[in-house]
Amino acid sequence: MDQSITLKVNGTSHELEVPARRLLVDCLRYDLGLTGTKEGCSVGVCGACTVLVDGKMAASCLILTATLDGAEITTIEGLAQDGRLHPVQQAFIDYGGFQCGICTPGQIMAAKSLLDLNPSPSEQEIREWMMGNLCRCTGYYKILESIVNAIGPTQEASK
Amino acid sequence: MIDFQLHCPNTLEEALGLLGTYGDDARVMAGGTALVIQMKQRLAQPEHVISLRGVAGFNRIEESTEESTEESTGESSNGAKGLKIGAFCSQEQVATSSTVQEKLPLVWQAYRQVATPRIRNIATVGGGLVHGDPSQDPPPTLIALGASVTLTSAGGQRVVPVEDFLIDYYETDVKPGEILTDVFIPAAPAGSGAAYLKFLPRTADDYATVAVAAVVTLEEGPGGVNVCQDIRIALGAVGITAIHATQAEDMLRGQPLTEENIRAAAATVKDVVDPLDDYRGSANYKREMSEVFTRRAIQQALENVH
Repeated sequence: MDQSITLKVNGTSHELEVPARRLLVDCLRYDLGLTGTKEGCSVGVCGACTVLVDGKMAASCLILTATLDGAEITTIEGLAQDGRLHPVQQAFIDYGGFQCGICTPGQIMAAKSLLDLNPSPSEQEIREWMMGNLCRCTGYYKILESIVNAIGPTQEASK
Repeated sequence: MIDFQLHCPNTLEEALGLLGTYGDDARVMAGGTALVIQMKQRLAQPEHVISLRGVAGFNRIEESTEESTEESTGESSNGAKGLKIGAFCSQEQVATSSTVQEKLPLVWQAYRQVATPRIRNIATVGGGLVHGDPSQDPPPTLIALGASVTLTSAGGQRVVPVEDFLIDYYETDVKPGEILTDVFIPAAPAGSGAAYLKFLPRTADDYATVAVAAVVTLEEGPGGVNVCQDIRIALGAVGITAIHATQAEDMLRGQPLTEENIRAAAATVKDVVDPLDDYRGSANYKREMSEVFTRRAIQQALENVH
């Protein structure tokens, strides 16, 4: 039996009829066409499916959509404002923070979530926070460099 | 992913009512990080899932004295000061709580070691305990501190010490019709030191190869020498549940905590652990490491006495 829920995704409200088994990652990708969010491991370990649920970073592969009635979701598609990339996105481009790109939306959502909570993290804090975002290309140094260089512009943008 | 019927009650009473209606065909789900994976892998195939996400309450961390109930045993802990943690608190709530950090630093440290923030934001304190996975971080610490859980049913409540609550792999003392609603964790007495050591040879967000929590309380013995007034030691990831190492404790209680005594006591845990071979280490290796990390945890707890 489908459940009727309201889900606000990237600022837009959606009235959805979803089966109980619908995972958030599948709802985003297949019901709403937001394919920026990727599914990697499906067991909450790799970080590719990271989104924000009510402002908090979460693994969308482990959440049943139907339990989220009234929740606000932010995905990678919701970061750019008025055609301008979020400073974290821009830093990943400027500092080569991705190679194949499959882990990148999750990396960027996790980094954004860190800067929301802690606007000036140390390198060690970044490493600890990002440990659950795996990159099979092993581009970790560039990812770290991108996040370090996103700190200033993110603070500027939020002023 | 299996198919099932989802129920989203808004109150605990409603949730208990649904549990009464569907009985064994239903599973209660809090965050779902464990149950969703089990359903994906068809290890759990409930016909009904009762989501507690919308249930109000049971999401606070508050200073409290343990409520004395008929089922509650252990005279020493009755009336003990500590923290009451609502079962629906996210594990990240505990890992970022300044109250927990100040009052129960060991608990704060243990929850900070659970997986990653993206999982801790979803996973709940109660859900984690009910999942009953012997490799989890919180149980050794909760056992070492003498924590207990409150189980609520339509008929009332009962309080069970965490060490009795955990029965076997993925099996706990939750009876049909019950929902875990609170965890009470007594603060360690004055003159105590504590440590939680998690041995992680692979990655920082992994389950432990072995984990040990130790809480040491000192008192001045004959001749002004500090002796061990009390000690609590519990191990994770090396048996069917977290293991309370009572034999090692008995060897140290009332004794000075010399290196020799600590070594002798730590050696006894090799006989009580029962680890499995897996990619985190062979059973033999884990047995050896249980001794090593027990010794280190006791020593570190001793250094942390203030």
